[in-house]
Amino acid sequence: MSLLQISEPGQAPDPHQRRIAVGIDLGTTHSLVAAVRHGVPECLPDLQGRVLLPSVVRYLDGQRRQIGYEARAHQAEDAAHTIVSAKRFMGRRLADLKSAAQLPYDFVDQPGMVAVRTRQGLKTAVEVSAEILATLRQRAEDSFDDELFGAVVTVPAYFDDAQRQATKDAAQLAGLEVLRLINEPTAAALAYGLDHGSEGLYAVYDLGGGTFDVSLLRLSKGVFEVVATGGDAALGGDDFDHLLAAWALQQSGRQAVSPQDKGALQMAARRTREALTDHAQATLHCPLDDGDLRVDVSREQLETLTRPLLDRTLTALRKVLRDAKVPRDEMLGVVMVGGATRMPAVRRAVAEFFGEQGTVRVLTDVNPDEVVALGAAIQANALAGNAKDGQMLLLDVIPLSLGIETMGGLVERIVERNTTIPVAKAQEFTTYQDGQTAMAIHVVQGERELVADCRSLARFELRGIPPMAAGVARIRVSFQVDADGLLSVSAVETGSGVQAHVVVKPSYGLGDDQVTQMLREGFAHAHGDMRLRALREAKVDADRLLLATRSALQADGELLSDDDRHAIDALMERLQTLAAGEDHDAINAAAEALAKGTEEFAAARMNRGIRQALAGRSIDDV
Amino acid sequence: MNIDDDDFTLFALPERFALDAQQLDRRWRELQAEVHPDRFAAQGAAAQRIAMQWSVRVNQAYQRLKDPLKRAAYLCERRGAPIEAERNTAMPREFLLQQMAWREALDEASDGASVQALVNQVAEHEQGLLQRLRALLDEQGDAAAAAAQVRALMFVARFRNDLDDRLESLEQ
Repeated sequence: MSLLQISEPGQAPDPHQRRIAVGIDLGTTHSLVAAVRHGVPECLPDLQGRVLLPSVVRYLDGQRRQIGYEARAHQAEDAAHTIVSAKRFMGRRLADLKSAAQLPYDFVDQPGMVAVRTRQGLKTAVEVSAEILATLRQRAEDSFDDELFGAVVTVPAYFDDAQRQATKDAAQLAGLEVLRLINEPTAAALAYGLDHGSEGLYAVYDLGGGTFDVSLLRLSKGVFEVVATGGDAALGGDDFDHLLAAWALQQSGRQAVSPQDKGALQMAARRTREALTDHAQATLHCPLDDGDLRVDVSREQLETLTRPLLDRTLTALRKVLRDAKVPRDEMLGVVMVGGATRMPAVRRAVAEFFGEQGTVRVLTDVNPDEVVALGAAIQANALAGNAKDGQMLLLDVIPLSLGIETMGGLVERIVERNTTIPVAKAQEFTTYQDGQTAMAIHVVQGERELVADCRSLARFELRGIPPMAAGVARIRVSFQVDADGLLSVSAVETGSGVQAHVVVKPSYGLGDDQVTQMLREGFAHAHGDMRLRALREAKVDADRLLLATRSALQADGELLSDDDRHAIDALMERLQTLAAGEDHDAINAAAEALAKGTEEFAAARMNRGIRQALAGRSIDDV
Repeated sequence: MNIDDDDFTLFALPERFALDAQQLDRRWRELQAEVHPDRFAAQGAAAQRIAMQWSVRVNQAYQRLKDPLKRAAYLCERRGAPIEAERNTAMPREFLLQQMAWREALDEASDGASVQALVNQVAEHEQGLLQRLRALLDEQGDAAAAAAQVRALMFVARFRNDLDDRLESLEQ
């Protein structure tokens, strides 16, 4: 539906139509789905009453797959075909994976993204994540016994454009309508902020299984403004486990070579680390090919061993505080998120860090595993138009600077990190040689001066520049980052009007055709009669669109000329007639025609609505 | 209120350099609360597109007004004295000597404390320049002199960035 309805901000245009929207935390170790029911966000359990879904997918013979607990149970024995922590491979090349050698997978480097060779062929993190998301989607549809309107999916704040795109693609592959990608720490703050009704400046310290994020937010009258964000996209609880596993091998003079051994050891290390949260002493016990491994570990030993990792999180924290340029005594609290923040050493270090800055509360009262999904559910509910007053608003930032390559492999930054999104920025460049008719534009993301040290996002060319002397052409490169944090870039030679445009999208081997194919094959429509469902959806959408158009015409019909009005009436009549029939393709086509035909009207109403709202504001101010 | 109004009109602020930062922040949040695409999330593509344009425009104005240098440059330009830093590179002699002295001090600084001392010194100097800039724009109405002052402050800002980078590298 693309016709606009002007209603009170945040209120559903049709109060009887409640849309089911969920929040999904797609985690490195666990994933969850949550929804707002009766005004309260809650995590949705599976049939056994468990809310966590281990982010594990096992590929068996044929087309069989195991997902979640079932897959995790076989992780050790079938490590090479059981993908854990796939999030760490999202939008990454093989060269990006520091611990690839320690992992039990047969990695295959591909353009755009690394894949793992399994019994069912090459699988990228996008496909693995889609399995997990589809499972959660099914869980949500089962609990509401209805279809989903859409989902808010969370990503680490420090995810770059490639990782965000990959996450969005995975959701699409799972048949989810993505209402918004939001940053995990921001989601956590939402869950806390609404609970506590707090105002002021908060930090979120989010140490997950595979990523570390830190964000600073200002809460003010329902507006959640991210002031600065930072972190380390390759640092998490898993790394603590890796260190512990390596140490145990070293202590015992043993080796873990086979994929099974590596998998089993990693799991044993996690169990041991978790045990050391409540106990001062634990034994790492793990069956290996050449006999059992048993090593005693004290909490103190673990803490000494992993102190460098903890220090890395504190360095990131310091950097964000500096970026934010806010007085430190303004800080009110720090929200702890992620299972790894249960480690006593982590809580102690964060408390000490802020202890130096004054009185800052360390908030741990919402379950750190659930808080991100709960926050995402709150945002999903608001975006679906279900929130009562619509006073909540998220203003997020881009985590990493965006720029383009200039002469000598240097980066010219165009959008600085921590700029509030959505944002559009443009910069002019010129040609280097006389008669130059094309310009290569290389889009990069990162904070370093050299292109080689930044992440390459896209390359495209502006061709057909009229030949001119060097330095005369004016090439305007525009960056636009939308509210999901996703980038599109365009370039235009302003004298001649020659244009080029690219939506930055990583190419990891999945074309749109393939995505459609995969959607058809399994993920999205596993249940129900597709044709009937499509017809029902088409009719509901058509009714909604007709209703909205009628009320829009009633309210603002005078914005239209007689001719435009007649054209819209004809489109409505046609849709009304078809909607009584059985042909869902024809209904959709007519609905699309009406939506298209009313687009300008919608834009005019929207602009008027906003102008009036803002004018009202100005008078209030006086 | 129109999307192509100037920044000050959009934010309902007087067109001058001196500015109440809290009022600016509050007004920004109010404006975004009206125009952000999330406010129209359930209302289709046309609404999203228009809301995005407004939201981008509001953020652009906010970024420009919030940063004293960008705000001053914007005022100079509106008053017929564009900054054009790349074409006006001449700086007073004392200013250049000051810059050189700072650069040398940074090269010699070996620990966090000495860099921090330099940071404080530069910040104090910058405050003085900003005060003078305010007087040029709001009291004397001398846009050309203000533009020269902005160019000088751009050097200081760049040096301040170098100081931040150094502090960061010392921490790691």
